[in-house]
Amino acid sequence: MNSVFSFARLGALLIKEFIQMRRDRITFAMMLGVPLMQLVLFGFAINNDPKSLPTALVAISNDQYTRAMVSALQMTGYYRFDYVARSAAEAEALMAKGAVSFVVTIPADFARRVERGDNPQILIEADATDPSAASGAVSTLSNVASQALLRAQGMQATAAESARGQLQVVVHRRYNPEGVSQYNIVPGLLGVILQMTMVMMTAMALTRETERGTMENLLAMPSSPAEIMLGKVLPFLVVGAVQVAVVLVAAKLLFSIPFVGSLTLLLSAVLVFVLALVLLGYTISTMARSQMQAMQLTFFFFLPSLLLSGFMFPYRGMPGWAQVLGEIFPLTHFLRITRAVMLKGADFNAIGTEVGWLLLFVVVFAGTALLRFRRTLD
Amino acid sequence: MNAIDVHGLVKRFGDKTVVDHVTMAVAEGEIVGFLGPNGSGKTTTIRIMCGLLTADEGEGTVLGFNIRTESLRIKREVGYMTQKFSFYEDLTIGENLEFVARLYRLKPVGEYVARTLEELGLTSRRDQLAGTLSGGWKQRLALAACIMHKPKLLLLDEPTAGVDPKARREFWDEIHRLASGGLTVLVSTHYMDEAERCHRISYISYGKMLATGTVAEVVRNAGLTTFIVQGPHLDQVAAALDGRPGVDQVAPFGATLHVVGSDREKLEAALADVEKEHKGVMVTPGETSLEDVFIQFMSGSKDNMA
Repeated sequence: MNSVFSFARLGALLIKEFIQMRRDRITFAMMLGVPLMQLVLFGFAINNDPKSLPTALVAISNDQYTRAMVSALQMTGYYRFDYVARSAAEAEALMAKGAVSFVVTIPADFARRVERGDNPQILIEADATDPSAASGAVSTLSNVASQALLRAQGMQATAAESARGQLQVVVHRRYNPEGVSQYNIVPGLLGVILQMTMVMMTAMALTRETERGTMENLLAMPSSPAEIMLGKVLPFLVVGAVQVAVVLVAAKLLFSIPFVGSLTLLLSAVLVFVLALVLLGYTISTMARSQMQAMQLTFFFFLPSLLLSGFMFPYRGMPGWAQVLGEIFPLTHFLRITRAVMLKGADFNAIGTEVGWLLLFVVVFAGTALLRFRRTLD
Repeated sequence: MNAIDVHGLVKRFGDKTVVDHVTMAVAEGEIVGFLGPNGSGKTTTIRIMCGLLTADEGEGTVLGFNIRTESLRIKREVGYMTQKFSFYEDLTIGENLEFVARLYRLKPVGEYVARTLEELGLTSRRDQLAGTLSGGWKQRLALAACIMHKPKLLLLDEPTAGVDPKARREFWDEIHRLASGGLTVLVSTHYMDEAERCHRISYISYGKMLATGTVAEVVRNAGLTTFIVQGPHLDQVAAALDGRPGVDQVAPFGATLHVVGSDREKLEAALADVEKEHKGVMVTPGETSLEDVFIQFMSGSKDNMA
């Protein structure tokens, strides 16, 4: 009777636990949803060796060697020539905006030098703000280019010998010449840290009131939904501001991350981002019935946003559908903004679209939260 | 004008009708007790009145404002004390009161808070965290907070649950003091002694309003007859009486047995032989109490929560 272990008692505990699990729909959803989501995302969406990266071509002449070079690069599968820039400045702007990952420049005298055997050069500039994303494309480069050139010359059957080994592929790793991965990670972390704390804290905001029973009192007193929302959300903007300051100072002091852009511009974008996050958290808290549920919903949102935003894995490595999915996370747009401003020194024109996205999130989240907020206990 | 004037209120949660065509009128300055068993719809009715819930059917006014369309104005004029303590436990008493004062835009905040603390004798506890207060003090704080904006109507939902008798007594003295100043009070309770301190009572059971009036009226209208049985081995007497025609309730009260029935003749017939059957037992006519009436109500109405 007084045994230390009883299967009957264990059975009682198990039955109770399963009943509770069945009642808690969100846990149930997490149980099925998280493994599936991870499987699909890791399995299909994530690719550490991104192919078909958008590339701008700057080519003055349209000779056979240039064509051979371009088609050879295209054949590697890494480069996708989306733009033909008329000038180096135009290509530069495309890269600052993040529209292209590579700029391939084939000089006007390329054909002449090939024929003369006079050290022909092509220049490949890679956006090294995410060093790992560009590494595959860069490492295959030398071989492919030389072989393509040899083939082109083989058809011509002239000066083949002299050109062998003389093609120079000059690679510039832009914005991060040494390929330091911290340069990519730390500005990204700013967004991730903000997202983590802001969303989670505000997601608790309303559910805490509901759980402690103070919501009933708050609703019985004269306060409007908008007042309650702003009252919950604004204090966290202050918390966010402190976090931003801490991360930026640490980025400078501990990691020596270069900061080439405008601080004002970055801070303005951060403000919009944090506002979007706290409103998202608040929206979650209008849906969750307990703080536990709010936590779970927050994680449900975190996981795909970390994976699909381009923070952990190269955005451009993902298939099209995953990239589209990635666009619905504020973090995706914020990462582009921070990397552009901190590392590339982008101005407002370059990041305007991304800021526009963040503003859209602010409006959508605020609207959803206000619609979902129950003015009564019904 | 009545402070509360609602009729035909219906509230359903799913397929359960929690409030079933409740009609209620409370005159200004009145203290009305709202009685009924657990889950009878008291809280839901009160929440409908202060705009926290919307009724599925029915109309009415609170302080002259439509309960459907003017809930914001009602909220400004009503003080609602929730059944569960619903102020911030991680704020001090003073901070809680300041918060409430600012929500109602009372100016100057400090003066209102200081006066409220003084009136309720909470000044010395101003800086104590609300969460560390005992039940009685929490109740005083909650009352203080909901009368600070000088409401015209107080809706109190079981304000004295879990409060000791002395604190309850003081609480009711306070309620009467406020009512004499013109405040209307609707208070829900389980306690019979509290019901007797109300000007009028309304009894609700399983969503239906069963009786309303003064305590004497409610008892009289119930039309019950009560006999008191005294003597040894009352448990045996109770077992013998239970279920006899005419006997609706047999309940021990201290050293006596209350035998209640709605049909006087049948009850007398049922009790006729008791003194002979049980040695030393004496049957005398007794006063029907409010509690007898309520138990009669409860056994007579169907439980819709089951």
